[in-house]
Amino acid sequence: MISHLGSYSLIFCTIFAFLIILQSAKLIGNQSKIFPKKIYTIITLQLFFVIFSFSCLLIAFVSSDFSNITVYNNSHTEKPFFYKISGVWGNHEGSLLLWLLVLVLFLFLFILDTKNYDNKYKLLTVIFQEIIILGFLLFIIITSNPFDYIFPVPLEGLGLNPILQDPALAIHPPILYIGYVGTSLIFSSSLAAVINNTVNSEWAKQIKKWVFLSWIFLTLGIMLGSIWAYYELGWGGFWFWDPVENVSLMPWFCLTALLHTILVLEKRNALKNWTIVLSIATFSLSMSGTFLVRSGILNSIHTFANDPSRGVFILTFLFFLIFLAIIVLFIYSENDKKTSNNFNILSKETAVLVNNWFMMYFLSVVLIGTIYPIFLEVFTNEKISVGPPFYQKLMIPFLIPFFIFMSFGPRVKWINDKLKKINYTQIIVFISSLIIAYIIFTNSSVSYLFSSFLIAASIFLVLNSLRDFFSKSIQIPQKISHFSFSILILSILLNGIYSEEFNSNMKVGDELKFIDKTIKFKGINFDEKDNYKLLRGDFEVIDSGKNTLNFNPEIRIYNQPVISTSEADIKTNLFNDNFIVFTLLKDNEIFNVRYQHKPFMIWIWISIIMLAFGGTLAVIKYGK
Amino acid sequence: MVNKKIKLFLILSSLIFIFFTFYLGLNKNNYYTTENIVYKKIENFESYEFFSNKKISFKNISPDKKYIILNIWSSWCLPCRKEHKNLIKLRENIKVDLIGLNYKDKFENAKSFLSELGNPYDIILKDKNGLISIEIGAYGVPETYLINNINKKIIKKYLGPINEENVKEIQSLAKQ
Repeated sequence: MISHLGSYSLIFCTIFAFLIILQSAKLIGNQSKIFPKKIYTIITLQLFFVIFSFSCLLIAFVSSDFSNITVYNNSHTEKPFFYKISGVWGNHEGSLLLWLLVLVLFLFLFILDTKNYDNKYKLLTVIFQEIIILGFLLFIIITSNPFDYIFPVPLEGLGLNPILQDPALAIHPPILYIGYVGTSLIFSSSLAAVINNTVNSEWAKQIKKWVFLSWIFLTLGIMLGSIWAYYELGWGGFWFWDPVENVSLMPWFCLTALLHTILVLEKRNALKNWTIVLSIATFSLSMSGTFLVRSGILNSIHTFANDPSRGVFILTFLFFLIFLAIIVLFIYSENDKKTSNNFNILSKETAVLVNNWFMMYFLSVVLIGTIYPIFLEVFTNEKISVGPPFYQKLMIPFLIPFFIFMSFGPRVKWINDKLKKINYTQIIVFISSLIIAYIIFTNSSVSYLFSSFLIAASIFLVLNSLRDFFSKSIQIPQKISHFSFSILILSILLNGIYSEEFNSNMKVGDELKFIDKTIKFKGINFDEKDNYKLLRGDFEVIDSGKNTLNFNPEIRIYNQPVISTSEADIKTNLFNDNFIVFTLLKDNEIFNVRYQHKPFMIWIWISIIMLAFGGTLAVIKYGK
Repeated sequence: MVNKKIKLFLILSSLIFIFFTFYLGLNKNNYYTTENIVYKKIENFESYEFFSNKKISFKNISPDKKYIILNIWSSWCLPCRKEHKNLIKLRENIKVDLIGLNYKDKFENAKSFLSELGNPYDIILKDKNGLISIEIGAYGVPETYLINNINKKIIKKYLGPINEENVKEIQSLAKQ
């Protein structure tokens, strides 16, 4: 019953989408300042029906209605309530419904937000956004209807993959989606502004809070995914350059570039075409993310279903949107020669451009690493996978100039700045970062010349961003975000260079030495929980200072579906994470044990949260 | 103006190129040949034969066969019941041995399941506590694996009950 209601309301939404597009196209010539009431009403109705349809699926999940095939495939009566809810978007069909919900919601908020703006611009934005909405509605209804039902009704569901039963992962998709979908609005409104010939400071001022908003959610979404990978997968890292991770990182680079460029457009009314290209690219990358992940062209944990018809649909739709954007851009874009893009070498405009070059470089590296294997397989039938060394080799050398540039960039003034003769503070900062890097390296076992330069450069960045806090010309959100970013970089580097790992097979009672530590496997005990059985290990790690840490990692064997997962036990403090995870090898006797020492892990999460917090301050400020 | 047209042409043609590459990439994923073994190797395990309770090592199963099919099933599993007629159909049309892995089951129940619905299996192995299935990498019951019996690598894996299309696919894959 409830599934039918959900299904019908999706059909209503499709009709509304058609209506809105037709009506808006008809009213575009209208000079009135007031947004047409009719369209506003239909958009509200559309929002209502999408929310209704989403609630239907939610109710089906919560009440374990197994006549619904999505619920049958992804839920189970014994599943905890919280995960029944997150099950709604923990699958292909439901997650698309969530996409749709955010798309429609954002359009609605956009209309509310732009009360005083030109009607033509708004109507054009509505049209582009509704084209995207329509595409997704058709995609859902034709290839992935979440409300399909089965008969006879099964007594029990197939359960949700227990790896996905994790609080960070439960909220990871919605947060990431808000980021992805937010870029759709930037896409629609930038095309509208191009046609309306209003790509100017005023437009930049209006759209920039949407850029920041998407960026915040994208940043947090990526972080949640990576927290999950770190705690749940137990591979002992937070970033693996997995294609699916890369796919979320690419729009992030693009959006970060846009975030800076939009300020140039606002303040200086320059870089117009570039801003539009970035807006289009960001959304296209978000969409390709969905395509690559959902079509099954990449094999990963995110691949819900290998249904080629879905892949073809998203691919066609994605390219349709890109073609549309390019054609709009070519017909309507004004000749850039009229606006001056000739900046002084020493000006904030140039600084932002340099930032963009770096972002574009990092983006291209990730893009090539991600799609090259697909191309290679198509043309030569050879399967390869591009691993971390590729990304590290291509990115790390560029980090040093990037850090140094970022240390100076924020302080450069608009239009034309003057180079001061000798800047004593700068010299002090430079020397102190060299000293700190030297101290770090003399006190550690690792010593590569290159890493010491890298660390020195990142410390230089940290000190400079810290110094920026006293600068009057830089705004607070920027101070916070840049400082957090420098901390993030430093923690990632230190973490990468100083992580230690021990991996061995052990029996109960074994005691092994690892550098200056002793690892004892004291015992295991069995336990039974609601929907899984568990084996709990008892480990003790004694370091050279005779400090003892106890670890109780678990191996969980879930009932439905039967799958075993390893839960790492992680001891976190401000300076490092200690981490033990173990897996069963044979007969409940021999285990594979992995111990890891990861410095500054917590700072990676803290700095990302601070980074997003800086963005939030900016949104609050610009929202006024 | 001419310049602009050339630019547009270049961008659009490269986009079309990318589109078709992705399109081909999509189709690529759908057929598996035995050369493209992407899945993991099944490590050797020991189990007991269902009826005789004789100890059997996985590596010694059907030594003369190039392929084997491993089906994880259980009498308490409803989808297995639904799947069973397809397994029987599969066994009738194929020269490959079908190995059953009886997952966390009671002997009596499993026996009556087979006498009621028929026994398509050449050999049935027991997985009393479910550990073998976990080692293989199973998510639940039923699951079916087409395995290259020479190097013990999984060629294709079917989660959930197999349908008639899967039967046809397995037949065509195992012929190669």
